[in-house]
Amino acid sequence: MSPMMQGIITVVVGVGGCVGYFFLSNLILDKIIFPPKPGDKGRNINRAEMVRPWLFLFPALFALTLYLVYPVVGSFWRSLHDRSGDAFIGFDNYTTMFSDTAFQTAFFNNFMWVLVVPAGATFLGLLVAQLTDQLKWGNIAKSLIFMPMAISFVGASLIWRFVYANTPEIGIINALRDYVGLLPIDVLQIPFWNNFFLMVILIWIQTGFAMVILSAALRGIPEETVEAAIIDGANPFQVFFKIKVPQIMGTIVVVWTTITILVLKVFDIVYAMTGGNFETDILPSYMMNFMFRDDGRATAVAFVIMIIVLPVMVWNIRQARKEMQ
Amino acid sequence: MANVKLTDVAKTYGGTVNVLNNINLDIKTGELIVFVGPSGCGKSTLLRMIAGLEKITGGVLEIDGEEMNDVPPAQRGIAMVFQSYALYPHMTVRDNMAFALKLAKKTPTEIDEAVNRAAKVLQLDEYLDRLPKALSGGQRQRVAIGRSIVRDPKVYLFDEPLSNLDASLRVATRIEIAQLKESMPNSTMIYVTHDQVEAMTLASRIVVLANKGIAQVGSPLELYETPENEFVAQFIGSPAMNLLPGEVVSTGAVTGVKVDTGAGTIMANIPTKDSDMGLRVNVGIRPEDMTQTDADNYAFESTVAITEKLGEVTQIYFEQPDKDQNAVIGKLPGIRSGTRGQTMRMTAVPEKLHLFADGVSLLYRG
Repeated sequence: MSPMMQGIITVVVGVGGCVGYFFLSNLILDKIIFPPKPGDKGRNINRAEMVRPWLFLFPALFALTLYLVYPVVGSFWRSLHDRSGDAFIGFDNYTTMFSDTAFQTAFFNNFMWVLVVPAGATFLGLLVAQLTDQLKWGNIAKSLIFMPMAISFVGASLIWRFVYANTPEIGIINALRDYVGLLPIDVLQIPFWNNFFLMVILIWIQTGFAMVILSAALRGIPEETVEAAIIDGANPFQVFFKIKVPQIMGTIVVVWTTITILVLKVFDIVYAMTGGNFETDILPSYMMNFMFRDDGRATAVAFVIMIIVLPVMVWNIRQARKEMQ
Repeated sequence: MANVKLTDVAKTYGGTVNVLNNINLDIKTGELIVFVGPSGCGKSTLLRMIAGLEKITGGVLEIDGEEMNDVPPAQRGIAMVFQSYALYPHMTVRDNMAFALKLAKKTPTEIDEAVNRAAKVLQLDEYLDRLPKALSGGQRQRVAIGRSIVRDPKVYLFDEPLSNLDASLRVATRIEIAQLKESMPNSTMIYVTHDQVEAMTLASRIVVLANKGIAQVGSPLELYETPENEFVAQFIGSPAMNLLPGEVVSTGAVTGVKVDTGAGTIMANIPTKDSDMGLRVNVGIRPEDMTQTDADNYAFESTVAITEKLGEVTQIYFEQPDKDQNAVIGKLPGIRSGTRGQTMRMTAVPEKLHLFADGVSLLYRG
């Protein structure tokens, strides 16, 4: 069968299945289960109306259960088993993990990532959004800054490997050091600070995202409030920090938390740049070390990450909802 | 507590698009000046130029004798109330009013005193700790006014402050502004509106803007009784003044005119020179000045096309022989029923007639 045919059949079956499901399930409800027979017409209509929303919700609930609830429960169950998955070992995976110094390092590093990356990307995004707003070539600048968003994390890491390369001919940092007569260094091997060199990559990628959202928010601020502030005697800094920023605070929080959630998921950068060596591991890359070798421990790490992300996520969704009102 | 003087002020956008020209205006201390004009006539632009939000591209603006062209808005001694209130949504009423004073580095006691005083005047005491979104439209506009009062400016600028309010609130707030002005006899106010009633009730003097310039400046009744040109004549008063083409048939202290749509000679209390004999003029009669007559000398005779009974008055729209002309409208006191389809003869007393030649009133000829 040609791929074309396959596609068409998939579409027909998919759409037809959906239509068929909604049509038939409602038909069965109205004609067979609660038919509006004379006698208890009103009661049956009311009952059918109570059931109907669930008919529409069922496909979504089913998919959510299959692809979200089951994996979560399944992962948790898996994390209570040993390497092969045969023996139940209770919380042993968790206790070994917490006493592992590599985990502690990854946890601490991740903590720093969460502090630095969302703050850095949001701040730079806000700065760029404000500065490019009045410029004629602002949109070109914005497109350029947004472009890294289109690059995969691994691709971005490869680009930054060149920036950080420890030969002056390739890496810009060492080129500068060479220019002032210093010996080349590998910045990815400087303990502690190498983490920040990795964070720069994610900030570089995410600034574009923050910029686009915050730029739209800044445009939504009523111009009169800015003019009123100017008449009230505010200088450009005061207009920005006391009038504009507070008015888009909700959006800033959404951007901040969205990037925070992302930070807790990204392993690619660490994986591609240092492979987690030189004490640069973060939780997702630490998890990758165990994946496919000891799924019990890997799922335990995954569970810890999920528990950390959860409150940020709840806050994020709440803020986003508030914004929509 | 200052006068505002504009000399040959002009505004051009991008060096080519000219929106205002030769604006000369001397606003005295304590006056409430209203800018009116059709939309797009530049009245808001002129106000924003005085505020410093738009650059003045020609001429000189002086406040209190000092040239202000390049002085930043905050140092001009002005305060502005915007149509959309422009309250800072994230600040309480108190902070909204205190913002300018905080920026000016006033002491907390000074700020408190000023805010409380303004809140008392505007009856906002109870709402000081609320956010703007918890206030009604009228209260928000009072906060906006309060925000300007606390700064104790030399000149208050109002940019259509009542346009966002509903009809009944507009009347109430208009009266509040009038009372506010009365309580501050020395403060100068400039007020932009497109609403004639606001202009007529609030202004010490009205500035009518049209065609990139000033059409006439004068007290509300001056503009109503002796408009300088046809534009002002038709802009002030509602419905607009009827303009009927005619010819001067007798001159002197009182001028006789023969209206094309009428018969005989009707007299106007306007002096003319002998040389004006036979001059083509437009005879202006306000709808409310129209009276019905049986005499042989009248200004207008036509069939009634539509009547609008408003209770206190009845507005009568006459059939128009020439479709290109604006409808002639009469406003007769009380309820007049059964007039539709009738032919009516209309005229007006000599002191209520206006004569225009080439768009300019004969009273104001050089």
